[in-house]
Amino acid sequence: MTGDGVHVEVVLPGSLADLAGGTRHLQVDPEGATLAAVLDAVAAQHPVLGRRIRDEAGAVRRFVNVYVDGEDVRWQGGLATAVRDGAVVQVLPSVAGG
Amino acid sequence: MTDLLAIGTRKGLWLARSDDDRRTWTLDGPHLLAQEVAAVSVDTRRAVPRVLAGVQYGHWGPSVTWSDDLGGSWQETDHGAIRFPEDTGAALGRVWQLRPDTADRPDLVWAGCEPQSLWRSTDGGCSFTLVRGLWDHPHRPTWEPGAGGGAVHTVLPDPATDRVTVAMSTGGVYASDDGATGWAPRNKGISAVFLPEPPEYGQCVHKVAVDAGDPARMYAQNHFGVFRTDDGGGSWVSIADGLPADFGFPIAASPTAPGTAWVVPLVADVQRVPPDGRLRVHRTRDAGGSWTEVGAGLPDGAWTAVLRDAFCTDDHERTGLYLGTRDGCVYASADEGETFTLVAEHLPDVLVVRAARLP
Repeated sequence: MTGDGVHVEVVLPGSLADLAGGTRHLQVDPEGATLAAVLDAVAAQHPVLGRRIRDEAGAVRRFVNVYVDGEDVRWQGGLATAVRDGAVVQVLPSVAGG
Repeated sequence: MTDLLAIGTRKGLWLARSDDDRRTWTLDGPHLLAQEVAAVSVDTRRAVPRVLAGVQYGHWGPSVTWSDDLGGSWQETDHGAIRFPEDTGAALGRVWQLRPDTADRPDLVWAGCEPQSLWRSTDGGCSFTLVRGLWDHPHRPTWEPGAGGGAVHTVLPDPATDRVTVAMSTGGVYASDDGATGWAPRNKGISAVFLPEPPEYGQCVHKVAVDAGDPARMYAQNHFGVFRTDDGGGSWVSIADGLPADFGFPIAASPTAPGTAWVVPLVADVQRVPPDGRLRVHRTRDAGGSWTEVGAGLPDGAWTAVLRDAFCTDDHERTGLYLGTRDGCVYASADEGETFTLVAEHLPDVLVVRAARLP
């Protein structure tokens, strides 16, 4: 473990698994206890995956939903949402498109 | 010699090939299925041709990807080929145009993007640098997005000089004479029916094409109005007389026959369909002095449209013409638009077509 000693599981949709080396479950040790730090750690391991989730300005893409322990971060602290040790961060595509 | 036609759609890319001088075509695809391909180019300047695509991965954002084996495999740059610098606070919305420069400028590729921005690559499209002169232009905060979004959708590097011309909706035509450093609007004479006075800039230009005989002569299809300039955009005159409608999205010029260009008129503003549902091409051979309806083989009862990049030429001596519709049909002409044959049907909405000859 590094930083704040937080270990997090990131759960991905199947459509992103290829970009994570074929797995839907990533284990990350972020350099901080926030969602932003978790996503930074994901991007450091898998840069293309990181770009699918956030744009280059750092914002979570419009039609991407992120949940921390089951709570939509849009209604929490956004990228500043606190992430506890052992948290599960889930990335899901929203209902959109056609 | 194989003719290749790249067909970008709202849900993937198809590649059509012809080995009999464009008479019959074999369709290969989908590639990049479920991904919107709004920009594509086939860069034949390389040892092996590169298909370069601007894609939108559905929920997962835009990117540039390329294939050096004609769609067999695709690559993209880890951190994104087009990435706004941090100080801009901007993020890439969509890649609208990928334009390889001339053969004597190998590896130079231009990209036009949303938000309105121009990008330059010197490594064949693997990575691009923001053209700051246009991004920092004092007009930029007042460029409004058109219905499809605010984007640089046309990039026209002059083959003989350092001039680069771009077109954007809205914003109009801008040009640089010093290799894309300084930029100035070039819209004098172009009307904008949605603005009270003819403006210096802000026109909704849909597409610009360069004449075969003189790079300073260009043709523009606008959101109402078809225009020509003979002085690199210094002034424009209407050339819409003789057309059944002056609205449309694309315009194409022959790369070999001076004075020859084509438009696809649509009734507008609300309908945006071919007049009487007859999908036809109109051709001029005298730089817009007169127009002739052509396009035998194109359908009647076609209540569809051809978008700005879904129309292109090839570089045969007798120019071929390619056209894709919003209802997923693609047509090819080997005789300057006189006759068309069906290349594909029932594809998703066609956003872009680009033709190339492979060795």
